[in-house]
Amino acid sequence: MPVNDSENGMPQHDSALATALAMILELDPTLLGIVMLSLQVSLSAVLIAALLGLPLGAALALWRFPGRGVLIVALNALMGLPPVVAGLTVYLLLSRAGPLGEFGLLFSPGAMVVAQVMLVLPIIAALTRQQVEELHQEYHEQLHSLGLSRARMIPTLLWDARLGLLTVVLAGFGRASAEVGAVMIVGGNIEGVTRVMTTAIVLETSKGNLPLALGLGIVLLTLVALVNAAAHLLGETARRRLG
Amino acid sequence: MRIGITLATAGLLGLSMFAQAQDEAPYITLASTTSTENSGLFDAIIPKFTDSTGIEVRVVAVGTGQAFEIARRGDADSLLVHDTEGEKRFVAEGYASERADVMVNDFVILGPAEDPAGIEGAGSVAQALTRIRQAEAPFASRGDDSGTHRAERRLWDAAGIEPDGAWYRELGSGMGATLNTAAGMDAYVMADRATWVAFDNRQNLALLFEGDPALFNQYGSLVLSEQRHPHLEHDLAEQWHDWLLSDAGQRAIADFTVKGQQLFFPNAP
Amino acid sequence: MNTMLQARQHADVAALALEGTSFVHRGQPLLTDVSLRLEGCRRTLVMGPNGAGKSLLMRLAHGLLPPSRGRVRWEGAPPRQAMVFQRPVLLKRCALDNLTYALAVNGIPWRRRRRLAREALERFGLGELARRPARVLSGGEQQRLALARAWLLEPDMLFLDEPTSALDPAAIRAVEAAVDDFHRRGTRILMSTHDLHQARRLADEVIFLCDGRLLEQADAERFFSAPATPEAAAFLRGELVG
Repeated sequence: MPVNDSENGMPQHDSALATALAMILELDPTLLGIVMLSLQVSLSAVLIAALLGLPLGAALALWRFPGRGVLIVALNALMGLPPVVAGLTVYLLLSRAGPLGEFGLLFSPGAMVVAQVMLVLPIIAALTRQQVEELHQEYHEQLHSLGLSRARMIPTLLWDARLGLLTVVLAGFGRASAEVGAVMIVGGNIEGVTRVMTTAIVLETSKGNLPLALGLGIVLLTLVALVNAAAHLLGETARRRLG
Repeated sequence: MRIGITLATAGLLGLSMFAQAQDEAPYITLASTTSTENSGLFDAIIPKFTDSTGIEVRVVAVGTGQAFEIARRGDADSLLVHDTEGEKRFVAEGYASERADVMVNDFVILGPAEDPAGIEGAGSVAQALTRIRQAEAPFASRGDDSGTHRAERRLWDAAGIEPDGAWYRELGSGMGATLNTAAGMDAYVMADRATWVAFDNRQNLALLFEGDPALFNQYGSLVLSEQRHPHLEHDLAEQWHDWLLSDAGQRAIADFTVKGQQLFFPNAP
Repeated sequence: MNTMLQARQHADVAALALEGTSFVHRGQPLLTDVSLRLEGCRRTLVMGPNGAGKSLLMRLAHGLLPPSRGRVRWEGAPPRQAMVFQRPVLLKRCALDNLTYALAVNGIPWRRRRRLAREALERFGLGELARRPARVLSGGEQQRLALARAWLLEPDMLFLDEPTSALDPAAIRAVEAAVDDFHRRGTRILMSTHDLHQARRLADEVIFLCDGRLLEQADAERFFSAPATPEAAAFLRGELVG
């Protein structure tokens, strides 16, 4: 990590912004690696969670079955799952002594993706359920009239709810990129292998290097803002084109 | 349509970059403590080891308690911690086949620069702790069952004090976080010298007591049991263990300084 | 595109029979013991005061809802059907894509979809609006688009549930012309309306509902000249019924 000048031993909180700016401008390779890994892990987790959560949420919206209410409440509750608990669960699963230990995934980016999927999936599935249920109210007679079975309605409903679902997926990305508890436990914060933005921030904080920690925080925030801005732009274009 | 394509592209990009990140140089996973990692010791010595052997060392820096647990479950190839009693028990339980002293550093007692309990110039660490107890000055304890926390509890024991009451605050945090908190609430705190020297956010904290041999902190390296966890990289881990104890390893440890201070003193047998 | 259809005879389309059909919602009988039979290629208008059960009857007949009692039965193979709703339900895509979607659902090969959809848009005077988002079109344009979608499905029987109730006169005229086109193409029509004049313009046959009961099913001429029930007579005089 690039370390700012702190020879005098006194913290310089006001220099956090300068630190962040310098890191971005210098394109520090270590920082770049950490940023890329953060994006890879969180985007992969969100992608996987979306592939699972969108159809799952839509199915929950369309089908009535015993236990559905319990499942919806559970899913909503899991939206508040503490990342540390998700991390611990995945740790126990992936640990050599655990049921999935054979794969040797622990302390690898793959394990971090798995943990973040656990955090993001409930958000995507639960919010998708709400959005699709609303749209289904409006569409179901027309789609039924066209001869669609429920299963065949799912892609149509997901596609027509896409603007709202984009926000849902972004909420998932926000959770993934902001959490530290899960990736710390299953990734181990190994330099150059599993160190991501949030764990680097924790590390620098524990070293008492607050300006650098805050600087990294600003970089992370900027990244998340950029991803959100891109998605927003995409959404706005679609909205203007499709009404 | 466009959104779908964008998402898919982003995902594929992400996954493909994973593949790149996994260059398969031989490596071991080392479970160790935050104090060694935070001081920068590993950044200084591991490259020397990697240069001479081609083996990478991936450090998972956690509290000593968690480090033992990781090793017990077979999730690390090697273990470097500072809790000699715990390490010996680990060997006795059959999780490790061998343990060796590697180096020492020492603990120091820090507190607000005004030193309200007057521990500066105390004759021993026991006396310093007694004065803190008598003044009921706030004391921040790690409270996380780490090696440092265990060492601190032993020192209170040795001083014949049962620390309780509002002045004794168990934080349940790592060393750095504990220092941040102690600085924020003007509390006394015990820390390893390495973390302290490298620590930037000192505010009003000052080094008030040091040098009692009771404050020495022994680090040990453990060779994990091949019987318990045959899947581990025992050969590579053995090389690491041997290197730490070798002249080259010991010299690398002695050469490591922060702000001109040597922090770890090699003492391999 | 309707070579296939021109060859079809009215008699080919199976008759639709409702037999003692009732619908109860939360203990409330909304439709009670309705029996009727629809056959040939006729335009049947469902009339009655608000709340008489017209929309419900359409939905039961089309199969969107299962009856609580009795049954809805095709006397033969169920034919192709389509439905146009009071408030058109259009997907969040452009006008053209709304049509190609309906074709895709019905398994029309990808290459033919676009051409068929274009033709239908032109036919319903929407050619210029192909790339407009369907949901920002005016009410009349939306209803025409819904009719174009139904047109593409080449239904043997078309259900229209008060399709003109929210439209201006020009748009109403367009919808009625479309209904005539469907009829000429050999499609059986079942349409509900509360507009007496519209019923007089379009109906071959009238079904009169009041309070969830079927009071009359009669030829239009006979119904309008000599209604058999006092309720229908009052309704035709413009009095409040039910």
